[in-house]
Amino acid sequence: MEIDRLVKMANEIGEFFAQSPDREVAITAITTHLRNFWEPRMRRAIVEYAHRDGAELKEIVRAAVLRLDPPAPLPA
Amino acid sequence: MQAINDKDLGTPARTGEPTVTLEVNGREVAVPAGTSILRAAALADVMIPKLCASDSLEPFGSCRLCLVQIEGRNGFPASCTTPVEPGMKVHTQSEKLTGLRRGVMELYMSDHPLDPFECKAGGKCELHEMARVVGLEEVRYDHHGRNHLALTVDESNPYFSFDPSRCILCSRCVRACDEIQGTFALTIEGRGFNSLMSPGEHQPYIDSECVSCGACVQACPTDALMEKTLLDKGRADRAVVTTCGYCGVGCSFKAEMRGDEVVRMVPNKDGLPNHGHSCVKGRFAWGYATHPDRVTKPRIRTRISDPWREVSWDEALRFAAAEFKRVQEKYGRDSVGGITSSRCTNEEAYLVQKLVRAAFGNNNVDTCARVCHSPTGYGLKTAFGTPAGTQDFDSVNEADVILVIGANPTEGHPVFSSIMKRRLRAGAKLIVADPRRIELVRMPHVEADYFLQLTPGTNVALFNALAHAIVTEGLANDQFVGERCDAKEYAIWRDFIVKPENSPEAVAKVTGVPAHQIRGAARLYAQGPNSAIYYGLGVTEHSQGSTAVLAMANLAMLTGNLGRAGVGVNPLRGQNNVQGSNDVGSFPHELTGYRHVSDAKVRAEFAAAWRVEISAEPGLRIPNMFDAALDGSFMGLYIEGEDIAQSDPNSQHVAKALGAMEIVVVQDIFMNETAKYAHVFLPGSSFLEKDGTFTNAERRISRVRKVLPPLAGKEDWQVTCDLSRALGYPMDYAHPAEIMDEIARLTPTFAGVSYANLDRVGSLQWPCNDAAPDGTTVMHVGTFVRGQGRFLPTGYVPTDERTSARYPLILTTGRILTQYNVGTQTRRTKNVVWHGEDRLEIHPHDAEQRGISEGDWVEIASRAGAVTLRAQLTERVQLGVVYTTFHHPESAANVVTTENSDWATNCPEYKVTAVQVKPTMRRPERLPAGQMPESVRPSAK
Repeated sequence: MEIDRLVKMANEIGEFFAQSPDREVAITAITTHLRNFWEPRMRRAIVEYAHRDGAELKEIVRAAVLRLDPPAPLPA
Repeated sequence: MQAINDKDLGTPARTGEPTVTLEVNGREVAVPAGTSILRAAALADVMIPKLCASDSLEPFGSCRLCLVQIEGRNGFPASCTTPVEPGMKVHTQSEKLTGLRRGVMELYMSDHPLDPFECKAGGKCELHEMARVVGLEEVRYDHHGRNHLALTVDESNPYFSFDPSRCILCSRCVRACDEIQGTFALTIEGRGFNSLMSPGEHQPYIDSECVSCGACVQACPTDALMEKTLLDKGRADRAVVTTCGYCGVGCSFKAEMRGDEVVRMVPNKDGLPNHGHSCVKGRFAWGYATHPDRVTKPRIRTRISDPWREVSWDEALRFAAAEFKRVQEKYGRDSVGGITSSRCTNEEAYLVQKLVRAAFGNNNVDTCARVCHSPTGYGLKTAFGTPAGTQDFDSVNEADVILVIGANPTEGHPVFSSIMKRRLRAGAKLIVADPRRIELVRMPHVEADYFLQLTPGTNVALFNALAHAIVTEGLANDQFVGERCDAKEYAIWRDFIVKPENSPEAVAKVTGVPAHQIRGAARLYAQGPNSAIYYGLGVTEHSQGSTAVLAMANLAMLTGNLGRAGVGVNPLRGQNNVQGSNDVGSFPHELTGYRHVSDAKVRAEFAAAWRVEISAEPGLRIPNMFDAALDGSFMGLYIEGEDIAQSDPNSQHVAKALGAMEIVVVQDIFMNETAKYAHVFLPGSSFLEKDGTFTNAERRISRVRKVLPPLAGKEDWQVTCDLSRALGYPMDYAHPAEIMDEIARLTPTFAGVSYANLDRVGSLQWPCNDAAPDGTTVMHVGTFVRGQGRFLPTGYVPTDERTSARYPLILTTGRILTQYNVGTQTRRTKNVVWHGEDRLEIHPHDAEQRGISEGDWVEIASRAGAVTLRAQLTERVQLGVVYTTFHHPESAANVVTTENSDWATNCPEYKVTAVQVKPTMRRPERLPAGQMPESVRPSAK
């Protein structure tokens, strides 16, 4: 998965939920959205990126991504 | 001519209890006040002769055939225009009445062939029927005097002819055009003997304002206006009720058949979405079903550069299954997936997602709603708890204020627009918000009270400003909000919405809409008292599509416009079964009934029914599939009824992704653009060739009934079953009714749906279960499905697709009445006479700056690509905005659209593309139907 595209998508998701005045609520909402709608290889790629660098992720988005459980490896 | 076997009661029904009792020929009958004697008599099974009356039209009183006698009154009043009164005693038969009627009929027939063999309808028209009824056997006046018999037949319309010599000037056609369709294209021209029915100003039909809805043809009691297919094929011998395969209105039709041949499609008077009305597509443009381009034999090839090889069904299915298995073995279980189509039935979509989840073993299934109304699903489910429109179509009849945004109903949803226009003519107020001056803004007898001509991409800012004005001017419905909505969420939202940046004055700079107009529209909407929002893809196909849907939900909750007739948030769905394909589990994160795959309890129910474990992980959405294909992790795709190569954004990207896959299986009725990347082509069946159900935009489930044998020998649901069996996961159903039974068993909102029930009541709006055995007309009555309504802040975020010195104009897209989506069907019909090519609408000032004149070829270049169209100069578009339709492959509009998408759902941002337009000497390739230009086709495996 092209990481630039995933980063853009994640930041746009973050921008919506970051409107919440409660940072914790916002982070949880971002994490939940990614878990509910992103297929594992997309989540895997963004989690790896957040751990590796994450510089292009908004701060609140990176915080949310780091809370995602690393998805299981691809099934055979 | 009316549908065969239809009973016409003479005048429309009146609402209310049957409180007026009268006698007709000694038979007692009770009817609501305001009912005509003609209708009351018909309800008492007393048929009074009539010609100018029809129960789809208001009474007119011109033909003088329906005369009756009323005890205690003098004269012979027309029963169509005389309302019933309590205790009335009506007599419909007497020597005097017979003489009067016969005299009238004799005059009609003096200018008309009496011999039924000369009748183009074989003597089956109402005129000849009435001649028989009144006992007219000869006419004393011959045809040697002045008459109209030599008038020229107007054959200009491709679907029907108008023979003025057969017209009796009953005005039913004129009234149908006015009252039902609301176009006012027809008139009675001239006076006395020189009177003639005329389209427009004595124009041929084709040059008039006629929209070819067919209402006049259906209303005509003679053989003056007749379908050409009826003239060619003769009268039908039976009629089968089915559902239209075009837009999300889902009109009910009677397919009139003669043997195994469709004679004509007649809108069903009992159909609840359309009440006997139709548009040019559903009524006439069904000939594609038997077009010579139909592919009827399966085909396979090893490489997409190889020629196709026709093979047996068995070989094609075995080849496809083996390839899917090979790819999964090589790249993993999640390396394949499927796409369902909104053009297919609920049962077919259900089977495709079942195949993906059970036979492929993953959740990589998506549907074309991804690229249209997926933000509706997200937004309405988040705010209200159910991803569906809140009302039925008839609800608009009780609306006082109608807000239309990002939709063009007269072109995209014409039958619903006719209902809406009727309500507007009756006095409802109208707010139109659209970058383009759509027809509803000003048309005969309809004019918007506010036309908010906003800049494309600023819907959210506009909604916020409307809400800001409502809150700060004290117009909010505090009682509704207090009783029905989450107080904490509302408080957060209220703090957000009252911020100065959301004020109409601040937003005016962003949207281009003057603040006073926004405030005026906000006051109108808030004070309804019944205000209804209708919206389309102009809301959803944006980077903030889901935010915009949430913002509309906020507006409706804020003003208490939910939970009763006349209000609501109503998506106008583009395709016939967008709602249904979503309902039955086509999204990669949801099983049927919008239940997330991570819900262990729900998964367990499916696992038990399907005898297989269901993955708890969401699958890939369509754009993600393309990305995964390009990184080598998604290598096989089963596509039913969808032409993603043509309909999805950034065609070059899609083509590369398809070209990268190792097995692409396309199931369609035509060899479409996507099939160029396919290794297997499985012939599909049109809506006339299969049984099933469609669910329209009002959640109404209606039967689709097979009237023709499938050209390729199999209905689509059978093909999916056969493919699944070849994959090692047998799915055995004897009939689609059994598939619906399975959906109902597994889906609480469908629990009461069955073919038996549908056959009994005609159609059902879900939820339909023990709590609502007759279905649900209006959602969220008393409480929201999710409990409390949820307000969410909807901050405006400008799209990344910005204009610049290089790309200074914004391109937005839309539809035209006579064509449908990428035109696969309608371009294979005579509808092309109205729209032979897509054109670029450009403001005259923008055109002048670029040296562009009307009809010039222009290049439209975006950051993604360039296409060539001819220019149409018009002030319908605002300065800085250009517009085109996307019905023809030469236009290849998606060559220029970008990959920006909605943040929540990945719905593409079709509606905002920065472009430059300049004159060009280049011409687009002229292509057969269903093909795109070579220039956008990359090399592929």
